[in-house]
Order: sequence, then structure tokens, then C-alpha cells
Amino acid sequence: MIGEVDPTIINLTVFVLAVFVGYHVVWNVTPALHTPLMSVTNAISGIILVGAMLAAGPAETDWGVWLGAVAVTLAAINVFGGFLVTQRMLEMFRKKDKKGS
Amino acid sequence: MSANLVALAYLIASVFFILALKGLSSPLTARRGNLFGMVGMAIAVITTLTITKNWALILACIALGGTIGAVVARRVQMTAMPELVAFMHSLVGLAAVFIAIAAVNNPVSFGLPAVLPMGSKLELFLGTFIGAMTWSGSVIAFLKLSGRMSGAPITFGGQHMVNLILAVVMVVFGLWFFFSETTNWPAFATMTAIAFVLGFLIIVPIGGADMPVVISMLNSYSGWAAAGIGFSLGNPMLIIAGSLVGSSGAILSYIMCKAMNRPFLSVILGGFGSEGGTAAAVGDGTQKTYRSGSADDAAFLMGNADSVIIVPGYGLAVARAQHSVKELAEKLHEKGVNVRFAIHPVAGRMPGHMNVLLAEAEIPYEQVLEMDEINSDFSNTDVVLVLGANDVVNPAANVPGSPIYGMPILDAHKARTVMVVKRSMAAGYAGLDNDLFYMDKTMMVFGDAKKVVEEMVKAL
Repeated sequence: MIGEVDPTIINLTVFVLAVFVGYHVVWNVTPALHTPLMSVTNAISGIILVGAMLAAGPAETDWGVWLGAVAVTLAAINVFGGFLVTQRMLEMFRKKDKKGS
Repeated sequence: MSANLVALAYLIASVFFILALKGLSSPLTARRGNLFGMVGMAIAVITTLTITKNWALILACIALGGTIGAVVARRVQMTAMPELVAFMHSLVGLAAVFIAIAAVNNPVSFGLPAVLPMGSKLELFLGTFIGAMTWSGSVIAFLKLSGRMSGAPITFGGQHMVNLILAVVMVVFGLWFFFSETTNWPAFATMTAIAFVLGFLIIVPIGGADMPVVISMLNSYSGWAAAGIGFSLGNPMLIIAGSLVGSSGAILSYIMCKAMNRPFLSVILGGFGSEGGTAAAVGDGTQKTYRSGSADDAAFLMGNADSVIIVPGYGLAVARAQHSVKELAEKLHEKGVNVRFAIHPVAGRMPGHMNVLLAEAEIPYEQVLEMDEINSDFSNTDVVLVLGANDVVNPAANVPGSPIYGMPILDAHKARTVMVVKRSMAAGYAGLDNDLFYMDKTMMVFGDAKKVVEEMVKAL
């Protein structure tokens, strides 16, 4: 290649491919599970926790670190709340399967 | 850990997130999928811990947030899922804004150059404004869904003009931030503040019946916000996870719009269903007659039928009647009646809402059918019991010129007998009168869905 590729272009490549993957995976989700889909995607968007940890991570503590700490707390609510409530809902669907078969 | 190892660990986590969504293609693999999601998240968090300091602070915050999340997840009523989801969208939005502000304040801690390059500024701008709009929009959606704010659309003259002007002003401040050589806090702050206001203004005019679209759209936004932060920090995992969520929400919005036969743009522009909850009998002015009966009569008719289809709607969720309905279905089943449930895609306040409520009541999976699977069976069905649903069974959708013309509906009107449990003759959220209620074969049973169903169970 000629010269170096701008990191933004690489990010854009990842982004476009990920949207395609998401598109195809989500169309296969059965409509009965659309509510669990929303709660699990809620948990996954809690991945922003990683960014929050970096914000709270530097050694020298200034107000930015505290802002990061708040963001860590908010994102953690999402991650734990999202996965656990999804699990709770999916347990209900499992009970139903047992009875059905 | 070296940067390469971190990147590889993030790649593994990303694959787990894809598998998490893939698992939801069937109820049998869904729980494993959820587990994959948790594993991916654990890998991501542990990996990130190796490259940050302030462990005590970070772990304490995770523990605090995690405890709150766990308690909420355990306590929430299944009928309140839409509120919970809206609440969680708002958290992602707010976290995105905080992270972006922290990144502008101290770029070096995120591995960015001390003086932000233009590309990073643009990405931070995107992440911040999507995050801010997600937050304020979700707060409004939460207030509307939980009944703390009226579900009726709030509209005023020149609304769209105001939004447009604000959007332009926001972009201007964004450009100012973009082209400033040093960190331009006033521009950044103004832009963020406008984004907050915009999120608020965009959701306020959207009525309660359109909430399934709004909540899916905000789901999508929260994903794009995460992806935007991923761009700012040059973190492919955040981009991948965010894009998965973003496209998921976008697809759900599309499915919901299609099920209402409304263009996405018209939902977003809002104002639909202004007369929600007002008295019926609009139009010709003549008082139409309807037949009403008691729960006992209804129970008698159902007990003697061969086949019954139950159509649940938002009223079932409000009355928390899912467990009583299960009893009713069992009683009828014992009498040899073929009982099934017909689910319209937009029944309830979020995609799949009814399925979760029926699952909570342990109603067998194979009795619950989607609109496409069951619609052709209505004409061979003895009794249809409509529980707190209205617009999704309104035959006006087949009449050209009607505001809901073209919306796919459940063909309840084709059944031999129709019974409608409703609190009053008031119109649904679309503000439309429902001809189904005035048909000769229709019997109205007035009352709270839960009480009526309980009376039916007793009568059987």
C-alpha cells in the first residue's frame, strides 16, 4: 500500500462489516423473542463500560476521572441489569418448552 | 498486556456478542446465547482492567452499578419491561456523553494525541450528540411508558421548524468545535446542550401507540452512541458491539412500522393519535348500537365452542391479567376447546411484549401464534376473545380512506362470534372508532380485563 491508512478508514471498514453482520443475524431472531432481543442488546450496548473505564483510569485524578466513574456506574447497571433480566425472561420461555414437548 | 493482546481479546469478545444475538433465533438456543453475551462482556472488562489504573475506584463503581442492575432485573414486573428498556437506553446515552466529555478533557488517557486531531473531534461530536439525544429521548419515552407523563402527543405550531433550526445551530457549533485549534469548551458544551433539547423535542410529539417504534429507535440510537464512542477511541470492539445493537434496533423499528403500515418518517414527525382516549362515534354523528353482555354469558359461549382464539393487547398488560388468562385457557382446554393466542406485531408497548407476558404465565409455546400463522384460521373459529386490544383488530384498516388503511390486522371480524373485553367504548390510541364493536355478532364485555377474565374462570 502507498503510505499509511487513516485509522478512521479502518474503523469505518469494521463498522460497515459489523452492520452487515448485525443485519443478517437480527433478521433471524424469532419474533416471539423480540423483547429479550431488546434487553440483551441493552446489555451489549453497555460495552460502553470499556470506554468509561478508560475515562476513570488515568493515574492523575481530575474531574474527568470522576465523570468516568459515574459513567462506569451507569454502564454497569446496563450490563448487569440487561443480561440478568434477559436470563429471567428466557427462563420463562424454557418452562414453556418443557411443558409443550 | 500488550496492545496486540488487548486487541485480540477484544476481537474474541466481539465474536461472543455476535453469537449472543445469533442464539436468539430459537428459544432453545437463546439462553446459551445470553451466556455467550456475558462471557464476551467479562472478557472485555477484565482485559480493559489490565490497561487502566484506579482499580479500586473502577471496581467499586462496577459493584455499585452491578448491584443496582441486578436488583432492578430481579424486581421488575414483566408488564413494566418497556419502561425498563427505555430506562436502560437512557443510561447508555448519558454514559456516552460523560465519556466524550472526559475524552475532550484528557485525550491522552484514551490513547489519543494531546491535541485532538480533526478526525477524533468529528467522532467525538457524533458520539456526544447521539448519546445526548438518546438520553433525553429515552427519559421522555420512560415517563410516557410508565404513565408519569400523558401518552398523548404534545404538538405545537412550527415544531418541525424549531427542530430543524436547532439541528442547524447544533451543527454550526459542532463545526466551530471542529475547526478550533485548541479545545473549544463553549462550542462543545453548547452543542451538547442543544442535542439534549433536541432529543426531548423529537420524542414529545410521538403518541403512546407509536411507542413500539420509538423504543426500537432509541434502542438503535443507544447502539450508534456506543459505536460513535468506539470511533472516537479507535476501539473496534465498541464499534462492532454498537453496530450490532444499532442495526438490531433499526430492524425492529422497520418491522414495527411495517406492522402499522406507517412510514418511519411520519412516526418520527409525530402527532399521530391526538384524540387518543376521547369518546367514540366520530364522523356521522349518529349513535351506533352495540350489544353488551356479562362475563358469565361470555364464559358460557366459550365453553360451548369448539375453537377459541384469544387476541391480547395493551389492556392485558395494564390489567396484569396474564395469569388469569392462563387459567381461562386451561379451563377451556379441559372442556375440549381448542384455545390459541393470536399476537399482532405491535400489540403492547414494545416488540414481543405479549409473548413475554404469556410466557411468564407459562402458556405453552405452540398455542401462541404470530399474525401470519393464524390469520387464515379466524374464519373457521367459533369465538374470538379480544382482551384489551383495539386498533390491531379494527376492520377499518381494509377500508380505503381510513387513517389506518393498509395496516395489517388480525381478522377477528371473520370469526363466528366476537367478544371484546374493554373498559369503555372509548377509541383506541389511533383515535378511531372500531366497527368491529358494532357488528351483530359482537358482544362487548365491559370491565377491567383481569376482573372480567377471573369472572369467566369462575363461571366455567
